[in-house]
Amino acid sequence: MPTDLTAVQAAEAVRAGELSATELFDAYRERAAADDLNAYTWVADAAPTEAPPADAPLAGVPVAIKDLFCTEGVPSQAGSRILEGYLPPYTATSVARLAAAGAPLLGKTNQDEFAMGSSNENSGYGPVLNPWDRTRVPGGSSGGSAAAVAGGSAPWALGTDTGGSIRQPAALTGIVGLKPTYGAISRYGMIAFASSLDQAGPLTRTVADSALMLRHLQGADTRDMTSVGLREEIVLPTAERLDGIKLGVPEELSGEGIEPGVRDAFERSLQLAEELGATVESCKLPHAPHALSAYYILAPAECSSNLARFDGVRYGQRVEADTLMDMYTRTRHDGFGPEVKRRIMLGTYALSSGYYDAYYGRAQRVRTKIAEDFAAAFERFDFVVTPTSPSVAFELGAKTDDPLSMYLNDFCTVPMSLAGIPAISIPNGLSDGLPTGLQLAAPAFAENKLLDAAHALEAALGFQRLDQRETVA
Amino acid sequence: MSPVEYEPVIGLEIHVQLKTKTKMFCGCELSFGDPPNTHTCPRCLGLPGSLPLPNARAIHYGLLIGMALECELAPRSIFHRKNYFYPDLPKGYQISQYDEPLCGPGRLGDVRIHRVHLEEDAAKLVHVGASGRIHASDASVVDFNRGGTPLAEIVTEPDVTSAEHAREWLTLLRTTLRQLGVSDVNMDEGSLRCDANISIRPKGETQLGTKTELKNMNSFRFIERGIRAEVARQEEILRNGEQVVQETLHFDPRTEAITSLRSKEEAHDYRYFPEPDLVPVTITSDMLDTARAALPELPAARQERFEALGLQPDTARQLAWRSELGDYFETALQANGDAGSPQAVANWVCNELVARIGDEDPAGSKAAPGAVAALAGLVERKAVTPNNAKLVLDKLVNDGGDPAQIIEAEGLGALADDGELEGIVEAALAANADAAEKIRGGNMKAIGPIIGHVMRETKGRADGGEVTRIVREKLGL
Amino acid sequence: MIDREQVLHVARLARLELTEDEVEHMTGELSKVLGHIDKIAELDLDDVAPTSHVVTVENALRPDEPEPSLPRDVALASAPAVSDDGFLVPSPQAG
Repeated sequence: MPTDLTAVQAAEAVRAGELSATELFDAYRERAAADDLNAYTWVADAAPTEAPPADAPLAGVPVAIKDLFCTEGVPSQAGSRILEGYLPPYTATSVARLAAAGAPLLGKTNQDEFAMGSSNENSGYGPVLNPWDRTRVPGGSSGGSAAAVAGGSAPWALGTDTGGSIRQPAALTGIVGLKPTYGAISRYGMIAFASSLDQAGPLTRTVADSALMLRHLQGADTRDMTSVGLREEIVLPTAERLDGIKLGVPEELSGEGIEPGVRDAFERSLQLAEELGATVESCKLPHAPHALSAYYILAPAECSSNLARFDGVRYGQRVEADTLMDMYTRTRHDGFGPEVKRRIMLGTYALSSGYYDAYYGRAQRVRTKIAEDFAAAFERFDFVVTPTSPSVAFELGAKTDDPLSMYLNDFCTVPMSLAGIPAISIPNGLSDGLPTGLQLAAPAFAENKLLDAAHALEAALGFQRLDQRETVA
Repeated sequence: MSPVEYEPVIGLEIHVQLKTKTKMFCGCELSFGDPPNTHTCPRCLGLPGSLPLPNARAIHYGLLIGMALECELAPRSIFHRKNYFYPDLPKGYQISQYDEPLCGPGRLGDVRIHRVHLEEDAAKLVHVGASGRIHASDASVVDFNRGGTPLAEIVTEPDVTSAEHAREWLTLLRTTLRQLGVSDVNMDEGSLRCDANISIRPKGETQLGTKTELKNMNSFRFIERGIRAEVARQEEILRNGEQVVQETLHFDPRTEAITSLRSKEEAHDYRYFPEPDLVPVTITSDMLDTARAALPELPAARQERFEALGLQPDTARQLAWRSELGDYFETALQANGDAGSPQAVANWVCNELVARIGDEDPAGSKAAPGAVAALAGLVERKAVTPNNAKLVLDKLVNDGGDPAQIIEAEGLGALADDGELEGIVEAALAANADAAEKIRGGNMKAIGPIIGHVMRETKGRADGGEVTRIVREKLGL
Repeated sequence: MIDREQVLHVARLARLELTEDEVEHMTGELSKVLGHIDKIAELDLDDVAPTSHVVTVENALRPDEPEPSLPRDVALASAPAVSDDGFLVPSPQAG
């Protein structure tokens, strides 16, 4: 079946003439249309009328796109009711680049509202279910993208990661998720959560698929002044060994707070890494315990400003009222969900007169210290490795009443976001029958090295994805 | 006890729309008077996912302004977000500069500059009254054409001492900005807008009083009148033993009334923070070289150059500060080989021409610069009397043409020195024997009727000085 | 910690209407989160420079060259309320 192929394999098959791009698209389109995980908010009606050019590197392999990427004429709602039915007049650079490389739009995937959440329960369009266990969350905020790939209704998907929103759902659904170096991929057309942290990236079945997508996503963009691109072309990873590679395991992110089953799987992987020739030592990221605090100041602060534009004037939903003030406050009351409101409140408070220095100013300084911690670690180690998420997928509703416990879920992924460095999550074996993730983080712009190491570990781990299991069953 | 005398302390904040081709953070063309909402894009509408792209020419213009105002140029400056909700502000924040502006302290003339920074303009909000489309009994319509126009905000130190001083200094600033070519500096069209921070204190005191902010005055005349009215209002408050309240005020030029703009809402809390969608601006030596090379002659230098031509300081300043007059004057000097002396030409331009065209640009007048220069030359050479030359200038301003030809056609030329005048004077003395007798008796004031007679006879073509000389000669004085 | 009055003040700054119930919830939840966040007050950060951005590029500027604007009907297409040629809002002066 064409849907059994990884994206790299499918692209090769189409180019070799063994598979038609339309047949491939239709196979996925049917699955996506029949999706019962609530992973999609929109699915394409039909395959593109024009076949991709014969030399298109992505050869017509369709891609599922997180809802928050603007797609011209296609609903782009960022998981929010305030943008219900919003049809942007332009397409995000990253989506356009994938299309130009031959990857057409399969569907838009569900997400936590404005990418705020770690469970996908904050979507204005209902929660996404974890294909491994439909009573559990798929993680978030790119939960729809992760569920689509893990459930086999998309060959691969585009997500965004602000504090772990690609890596954590990838871990909880047993797939690969890559957050590249900040600035590697244009943010133009990505509906912003926290501008200085938001970064697009692939959610894929394999590390090689992530490499392939990144190759066509990355690059400076004249439409995003903070985009710089990568310094070298991404090559498909081939490494099978980790000889000479030094892995640092930060004490602060691998001990307390990690579920025993997750820790066991993590330790097995470290052992495997040693068998592949790597050396594993513990290291320190002294400020990592404060990363979460810094993150939950900086990201809400930026979001409180980024979401001010949703005012009912130019687009989106509006609650009519006699006065401007009432129009604003009611539109935003009805349009935003509880978590978005919480973060807007938190961020507005942190920036407000009298509190800026104590919160925002300090958080910016913590951010400096965290980047310094990583820089020091990378003087001794090639990569920093941690579990991606402290727990396996939790049950729907388990944490919705306790925002803080939901936030604490991000503590392994947030430090890399603050430092702007690349990090990848690969499937790390099961705990209680549910996937766990292994996170590798590298210095900025070291994506090729990172992908190579992840590829070697992936091969050695031999994790059987859900789509592979279901095929076997 | 004599009443306390107060002195005003005034600082100005001037918003200048920069004359770039495109907006501050997007490629939409600037427009004035185009149909509403025809110059917008995802960026200047603040559509979700859009990002700002700073205009390189706006930075360049900012540097030109900084150099002209002798500012310290910041090697590195950053943009901040100024957060507040208003329908004319599409993103819910204005991208502006805060604690790291492009230009620091400087000076123009006798007023110190505090800072100059760049930002984006708001859109236009038009009140449309009752509307059936929404519940509100009262509605407004937003036009985003202007939204995102690059602005330079120039903030002075409180060095302005009076309403007149404000007007005079703003004239210099406007000329400087016009010379730089960075703005249309047209107050009617809103490309130059001014707020004034005004306080008063007893003369001789050094401590500043409580200031008020007078907003958005849209002509030099209103600024002068507005400041004068506010200073008077504050003086009355203090004389009554009351306190000035720090607030934002509006001056209504029709009624001269000053009203508070303070809204019922809470005080503003703009929650400034560094704009994460932009990277710092660092001034490179290339950028500085380009700006320096583009720097034109500024009013102060031009005034010096005009003085070196022999012009009186006042005349030189008038021509330099009102650059279009200066341009006209220079063209006039170059245009005609028979031009009068620089001071003579300058006098004709600054006094007689300005009296006829007011605030209009002389370049648009029918009187060609060369014609005015030639006229000044004709007067200097006594080919026409000053009084008749004014009639010639009237003609030039109304219909254009060549002064020599007008003089010829209208018969306005001065009498040739060929004895004709002598005869007319003799006739005048004969006809006014009484007056002649008085003059002979030493009363020169009695010469009036004689001169009047001569002028009537010559239709004003006689030179008054020459007539006097002949009278004295004939009467043996 | 954040109290009810502060929550109301911040909600007004953020233009968010909150029901009585929401004010109560928000006060409790934000206080709990702030209780965790406040730990960064313990760090000595006096000599540390703030990081606004991890990218090191500077002077990313755009040449002053016009690009096409949106047709007006496209610009207005998503607006909740329009007049003939603009975005209609309750007047800021009203009420």
